[in-house]
Amino acid sequence: MAQFARRYLVWLIAIALILALPWLLPGGSARTVLSQIGVAIVFALAINMLLGQGGMLSFGHAIYFGLAGFCVVHIIEGMSGDPWITIPISILPLVGGLFGLLFGIIIGYVSTRRAGTVFAMISLGFGEMVSAMVLIVVAFFGGEEGIQTNRAYNTEFFGLVDWTKDIHVYYLIAFWGLLAIAAMYAITKTPLGRISNAVRDNPERVAFVGYNTQRVRWIVFSLSGFFAGLAGALHSISFEQAGFEMVGLERSGSILFMAYIGGIGHFAGPIIGAVSITGLEKLITDVSKAWPVYIGMFFMVVVMFSRGGIAGVIQIHERIWRIEWRLMKTLALPYAKAVGATLVAVIGAIGLVELTHTVTSEEASSTAISLFWIPFDAVSVLPWLISAAILAVGVFLCRRAYPGAKDSYGEAMKRATEKVLG
Amino acid sequence: MESVIFSVFNGVLYGMLLFMLTSGLTLIFSMMGILNFAHAAFFMLGAYFAYYLSGGLSAVFSSLIGGPAGGLVGFLIALVIAPLMVGVVGGLIQRYGLRFVHRFGHVAELLFTFGLFILIEELVQMFFGKVNKNYEIPELLNFAAFTWRGLNYNFYRLFMLLVAVGIFAGLFYVMSRTRVGMIIRAALTHPHTAAQLGHDVPKIFMLVFGAGCALAGLGGVIGGNVLGTEPSMAIQLGPIVFVIIVIGGLGSLNGALIASLFIGILNDLSISLDIKFRGLFAAAGVDIDAVEGIMADLVHLSTAKLAPVLPYILLVLVLIFRPRGLFGERDT
Repeated sequence: MAQFARRYLVWLIAIALILALPWLLPGGSARTVLSQIGVAIVFALAINMLLGQGGMLSFGHAIYFGLAGFCVVHIIEGMSGDPWITIPISILPLVGGLFGLLFGIIIGYVSTRRAGTVFAMISLGFGEMVSAMVLIVVAFFGGEEGIQTNRAYNTEFFGLVDWTKDIHVYYLIAFWGLLAIAAMYAITKTPLGRISNAVRDNPERVAFVGYNTQRVRWIVFSLSGFFAGLAGALHSISFEQAGFEMVGLERSGSILFMAYIGGIGHFAGPIIGAVSITGLEKLITDVSKAWPVYIGMFFMVVVMFSRGGIAGVIQIHERIWRIEWRLMKTLALPYAKAVGATLVAVIGAIGLVELTHTVTSEEASSTAISLFWIPFDAVSVLPWLISAAILAVGVFLCRRAYPGAKDSYGEAMKRATEKVLG
Repeated sequence: MESVIFSVFNGVLYGMLLFMLTSGLTLIFSMMGILNFAHAAFFMLGAYFAYYLSGGLSAVFSSLIGGPAGGLVGFLIALVIAPLMVGVVGGLIQRYGLRFVHRFGHVAELLFTFGLFILIEELVQMFFGKVNKNYEIPELLNFAAFTWRGLNYNFYRLFMLLVAVGIFAGLFYVMSRTRVGMIIRAALTHPHTAAQLGHDVPKIFMLVFGAGCALAGLGGVIGGNVLGTEPSMAIQLGPIVFVIIVIGGLGSLNGALIASLFIGILNDLSISLDIKFRGLFAAAGVDIDAVEGIMADLVHLSTAKLAPVLPYILLVLVLIFRPRGLFGERDT
């Protein structure tokens, strides 16, 4: 029992937290954000299955998310009329997943013939093809407006579930999300998951051993399409509509950002990314319109300096922590310096971005802005000079602090290794 | 018939413009293995730089040597300076960004350039605004070069063609006939040997990346005033450019040329001919006025409506029947 508890402790805590969160964070908008985070987690894990596990970078994965979403909206619309069969809303995410699987099988058959950067270009081509279709096949996609529906056409479980209530939809997303996360985690442990890792790392050798690498890629791609479709169905049910933005490049890109920033090498990475980026987006878009600039810069910094994203950074320290947690104390001061220097640089950069945005924005009526609770006029010279100076000082401090942090990490790792080896 | 010939002509022109982008992309890819997602963003930067440069310079020169002549001089100076500026931006990005990503492999490089694409698009919106810029063809180049059966062909379009062909002749000459080209080719195929012979290979990579970006920028300078200078111009062209290099065969300059011209002509022909599929359905016995839903969308299809999807359909066909692309040498 104790062993069971230890093994599944993470999952039990996660389930308890997911069940309790809507009551801990009251308010309608919090529930909407939580639902969005749930959808993003499933979608980001689907991307991770493709990119992290299978080594396939897709710029068009939103089409499985979106097409499943459109199909689900059509099914809900169809059932509010006089249907020959009624599918309960609670089963619809699975149906959406099956649509994602179907499109994944069809498109995957063609696109998984190539790997690496060529695969990425092909996925982009398919993504753009579906995006262009939105304006052509208006009866299905509803053109620029998209299609709407009303999910509250029946109650389920003897009237206990009422789909007009946000909280019930949240629990629907939580249920299917947890199931999907568990399923995707299980897949990483199967022979299929292992062989897809091998295809990612060394396709020639896998082919030599006797596996058909294209078929492995195809299966992984289709399964990833299934989970993307499931996420899309949850999205459509939660928003009661499907539109152009569900299939477009922007959606594919934003989910890629989340998965990569969180860390594609580790199963928990995309979850971290989905939670933190969706949350940050909500917080920042309230105060600044320059969100895409920030997220783009952040993404590029992560690609440049950390292959494993946030989860990767946690992972390399977890080892030291496990072996000898006292070594972490030696890291505290150099890390504090590095974080402080980064903060200074970030504040300077934010200042410059916000100033530029205020001056060039066509919508803003005045150039008066308030940065870090200090109000001033954006056209005067002083705030620009101060921001640039802060940025310069920050960059200078970073260049001083980071080698120190890196050295102290190397030293701690060395001592940890010595301890293990005796 | 006249319209067919004219649209073939325009298609060749559009194809050459696409080739300006695909050639730079192929140059960078075949030499460094980097698929530069941000390539179309550099095209856009070229158009914006040229708009501001030629606008400012034209005003200066117009007051000196008179309106139209001043406009032309301003444009010609922008034609040289703007691509150089784009090239410098590209080189700096390679030097201070992309170079560090190299150790993580080509997929990471592609992700980096994808982030760069999004960032440049957002920065362009931030600095230059979201509305279309009025980047005009210089007055002295904007006249009918020849008139054939009542249809005028603009001289500026011939000028574009001339620039495109000239650039490629020059590029070909430099790469295959000069010592500089030889060193570049050596650095790309045998980087270690070239480095041991005393050549600065990282610097060569930076220059090649910058040159590829400058080519995209040049495309922006001469194409921006015909296609329209706006923040969405990069995303409109970007995916098509990638489709072309996959169709042509990755790394093949000939393939890129043929596929560019083919897509260009296909695009212009399908728009100008605008073949309706209605007759086809009527012949099959479908009552055109009675159909509803998805069938109605199908019945009212025409090649003009399909034009944006055609390159992608072509991509699928090529992938099914010839996965290596038209002129590709390897499968992956």
